[in-house]
Amino acid sequence: MNTTWSRFNVTSIVLGFAFLYLPIVLLIVFSFNESKLVTVWGGFSTKWYVSLFHNQGLMDATWVTARVGVISATVATVLGTLAALTLTRYTRFRGRLLFSGMVFAPLVMPEVITGLSLLLLFVAVGLDRGFLTVTLAHITLTMCFVAVVVQSRLVSFDRSLEEAAMDLGATPVKTFFQITLPVIMPAIVSGWMLAFTLSLDDLVIASFTSGPGATTLPMKIYSQVRLGVTPEINAACTILIAVVAVGVIIASVANKRREVQRQLDERAAQRG
Amino acid sequence: MSNAAVTASAPATNSDKSILARLGAAFVGRLVIIVPYVWLLFFFLVPFIIVFKISLSQTAIAMPPYTPVLDFKDGISGFFAGFGALSFDNYAWLTQDALYFNAYVTSVIIAAISTVLTLIVGYPIAYGMARAPATIRPTLLMLVILPFWTSFLIRVYAWIGILKPEGLLNQLLLATGIISQPLIILNTYTAIFIGIVYSYLPFMVLPLYSSLEKMDYSLIEAAKDLGCPPTSAFWKITFPLSLPGVIAGCLLVFIPAVGEFVIPDLLGGSQTLMIGKTLWNEFFANRDWPVSSAVAVILLLLLTVPIMFFQQAQARAQEQDK
Repeated sequence: MNTTWSRFNVTSIVLGFAFLYLPIVLLIVFSFNESKLVTVWGGFSTKWYVSLFHNQGLMDATWVTARVGVISATVATVLGTLAALTLTRYTRFRGRLLFSGMVFAPLVMPEVITGLSLLLLFVAVGLDRGFLTVTLAHITLTMCFVAVVVQSRLVSFDRSLEEAAMDLGATPVKTFFQITLPVIMPAIVSGWMLAFTLSLDDLVIASFTSGPGATTLPMKIYSQVRLGVTPEINAACTILIAVVAVGVIIASVANKRREVQRQLDERAAQRG
Repeated sequence: MSNAAVTASAPATNSDKSILARLGAAFVGRLVIIVPYVWLLFFFLVPFIIVFKISLSQTAIAMPPYTPVLDFKDGISGFFAGFGALSFDNYAWLTQDALYFNAYVTSVIIAAISTVLTLIVGYPIAYGMARAPATIRPTLLMLVILPFWTSFLIRVYAWIGILKPEGLLNQLLLATGIISQPLIILNTYTAIFIGIVYSYLPFMVLPLYSSLEKMDYSLIEAAKDLGCPPTSAFWKITFPLSLPGVIAGCLLVFIPAVGEFVIPDLLGGSQTLMIGKTLWNEFFANRDWPVSSAVAVILLLLLTVPIMFFQQAQARAQEQDK
C-alpha cells in the first residue's frame, strides 16, 4: 500500500509518545536523586534503593503481591481460556447472552463496584478477608481479560487443522492439546502476562477484599503516597517498572521468534 | 466433533474404547462451558445481587455493619417475612443529601469531558500510526501498549511530582519566564482531566488504530482527485469509517472513568467530588455499608446503558473478525 507519512503524522506520534513516556522517565530519573525532595535534583545516588530493601513492610507486601499475582494469573488463564473457547466454539447454548455479558462487563466495570460487591459476597459466605479473598477477586477480574485476548486468537484460527487431526484419528481432547493449544499458546502467554500485571497493579479491588496480613504492594504504595511523595516510592516504582519491562520484552522476543519459525515452517511445507 | 470421534473408532476392536472417549469428550465439552460459567455466576453476578440486597437493609453498629434482610435461616416463610423489613431508606437518604447527586453529575461530566479530550489527543496518534510504514507499525503498537503494563498507580503518582506547585512543570515554566507565579494545577479538576487522559490514552488509541489501519486510503486519494479539500475529506470519509473505533474507544474510557477512584483521590485532592471517591469514603471512613451499596447500585444503573452499548460493539467486532 502506498502510505504517505506526512510531517503532521510524525509530529503527532512524537508528541504522543513524549506525553506517554515523559512522566515515567522523570519518575525513574528522580528515584536516583540524592536529595530527599523528589523534584529538586541533588546529585546521583542509589541510597533509596538500599533503604527500600530495609523497609520490611514494603518487602512483605511485595512478597504477598507476587504470590497473589502468580496464583491468580495462572488460574485466570485456565478459566479465561475455557471462557474464550466457549465464546468462539459454542455459538448456541442456553444462557450464552448472559455468559458473554459476564465476560465483557468486568472489563469496563468501575473497580469500586467490583471490589465492594466481591467483599460483600465474601462476608455473606463467611470467608475471612485475606490472601485467599484477594486471589479469588483477582482471578475473577483478570480471567475476563484473558478470555478477550485468547478469543481474538481463536477467531482467526484455521479450524481445518483440527478437522484434519480428527480425520486422522485424534480424539477431540487430543486434538485440543496437540493442535489447538500450541497454536493459541502465544495468546495464552500474553493473557497470563496481562493477568499478572493487572493483579500486580490493582489497588481498589485489593483494598476492598484484602484483610490483615495480606497487604499488597499497591496498597502499601498508596498509603505512603497519601503521606507524601518520597524518592523511596520512586525507587519501588522503578523496580516494578523494570520487572514488567523485562518480562514484556522477553515475551515479545519469544513471540517474534516463534512467529518467524512458524512462517519458515509454513514456507517449507508449501515448498515440500 | 462427534463425527470425527466416530471416524476415529473405525477399527472394530477399539469401539468400546471410542464410546468411552466420545462420552468423555462430550463431558469435557460441557465442562468447558460450565466451569467458567459457574465461576462468573458466583463471583460476578451473585455479588451484585448481594449488593442490591444490602442496599435495602438497615445500617447497624456491628460486624458486618448492617442488619441482614432476606435471610434463609428461618426457612422460606422467614424469607418472605423478610420482604417486610426491606427499606428504601438508603435510597431516600441519597436523594436528600445533595452531596450524592452532585457527585453523580460531576462524575458523568468529568468523564464525558475527559473522554472527548482523550479522543482529541488519541486520534492524531492513532492516525499517524495507521499511516506509518508497515515495517515500524508493530513497534509503534508495542510502544503504545507498554505504558499500559506499568502500574496505573505509578503513572498517576508520577504526575503528582510534575503538577505540584513546586513541581517540574512549574519549575520549567518559571525558568523559561513563561509564567511568574506557579500555576495551581494539583488538587483541581484540571489535574483530574490530565490524569484520566494520560491513564486511559492507550484504551482510546488501540481501537482507533485497529479501525484506521483497515481503512482503504485510496478513497481519500479519490476524494482529493475529485477536488475535495483535506479537512472535508477527513470528516466525510476518514472519520465515519473510523466510527466503530471511536465508539469502542470512547466507551472504554468513559465507563471506567465515571467510577474512577485513584485519579480523583491522588490528583484531585479533597476539594473535588467524584462518585468513586464518595463510595470509597462511605465504605472505609464512615463504614456505612448499606449506603455505599446503594451508591453502587445507582452507579451501576447509570452505567447499564453504556455497558450494553459496549457489549454490542464487542459482539459486532467479533462478528466482523469472522
